[in-house]
Amino acid sequence: MKEKLKRIFTLLTTFLRIGAFTFGGGYAMIPLVQREVVEKHKWISDDDVLEVIAIAESTPGPIAINMATFVGYRVAGFFGSLAATFGVVFPSFVIIYIISFILRQFQENIVVKYAFSGIRAGVLALLCKSLYSMYKKVKKHVFAYIIMAAAFVVSAFIDIHVLWIIGGCALAGLVYSLIAEKAKGGKTNVNG
Amino acid sequence: MSTAELCLQLFLTFLKIGAFTFGGGYAMLPLMEQEVLDHGWLTLEEIVNFIAVSESTPGPFAINMATYIGTETAGFLGAVCATLGVVTPSFIIILIVARFFMKFKDNFVVRGLMTGLKPAVIGLIAAAILSVGAGVFFPLGFSFGTFITYQFITSFIIFIGMLVLAFKKLHPIFVVLISAALGIGVGFLGRLL
Repeated sequence: MKEKLKRIFTLLTTFLRIGAFTFGGGYAMIPLVQREVVEKHKWISDDDVLEVIAIAESTPGPIAINMATFVGYRVAGFFGSLAATFGVVFPSFVIIYIISFILRQFQENIVVKYAFSGIRAGVLALLCKSLYSMYKKVKKHVFAYIIMAAAFVVSAFIDIHVLWIIGGCALAGLVYSLIAEKAKGGKTNVNG
Repeated sequence: MSTAELCLQLFLTFLKIGAFTFGGGYAMLPLMEQEVLDHGWLTLEEIVNFIAVSESTPGPFAINMATYIGTETAGFLGAVCATLGVVTPSFIIILIVARFFMKFKDNFVVRGLMTGLKPAVIGLIAAAILSVGAGVFFPLGFSFGTFITYQFITSFIIFIGMLVLAFKKLHPIFVVLISAALGIGVGFLGRLL
């Protein structure tokens, strides 16, 4: 029991640190998680980290939260996951809460206005870069290109809620996989 | 609307955003943009400004955004509700996956859904970037005359410059800082012209 409490406390402090020092969220967290959780505390293995990433990618929600919850659960059960998730969220929460007041104070300032007008062009560039990185990671096949194009066109030019597009594309992916599986099964017929 | 109602609405909206966003980085931008604009909680310009703040502060984009929008609409309680909302779906789903289906990611249905979701997210983010770009380059609306305005030309030059720096893997904080400095310079220069 005492051992478990100690683990929960260590999880909390570890993930507080991860939350406070990672810029850019989920993927940027991975090296820090590896160092703290795998190398320092030896709570889980490198393979587990890969498993966590794979699971985080196929479940909804922010990757950072998925990872914290998963690692926390592995190390110390439900309360472990609670401690790790709280830890990773808390620093952002405090920092942003404070910043929102500062922003409000200065948003009418002319220098700040000019700065943000430049920053918005910079953010657009960062978004393009981030889109390119995500694009590179997607498996490229004809179906993927069709979905990408369809999601883009429908979202950009038709007034429809994003949720319908997300749901429709997920369903299309499932149907496509079923058909692909069937076609493969029909040709080789090895795995029965 | 009372604060309690507003907080409930924030919680439910961010619950939805947390439950239907797949993938890291800006995967939640399209759904968030839609919901936040529909509710009139922030303008597109404010969202883009805040992305810069989020890039320059630690922590996941999703949490930063939820906390910020919550604070702006309903103060401290709003921030708590929105942040809890965006965290809760992941938390519950991961607990279930960790407890019961370790082979979750190998499941045929999950893999099938992901086959459609992954490219969809790319297309959706591209569309979100298009609307952000329209706001950055043509803040007063689009017409052919707007291509020769001071605003368009300077924004476009900053954009191209920052794009080069971003692809050279300069840290986002520096991209934000440099574009802020350029924005200030361009703003005061514009006054003189």
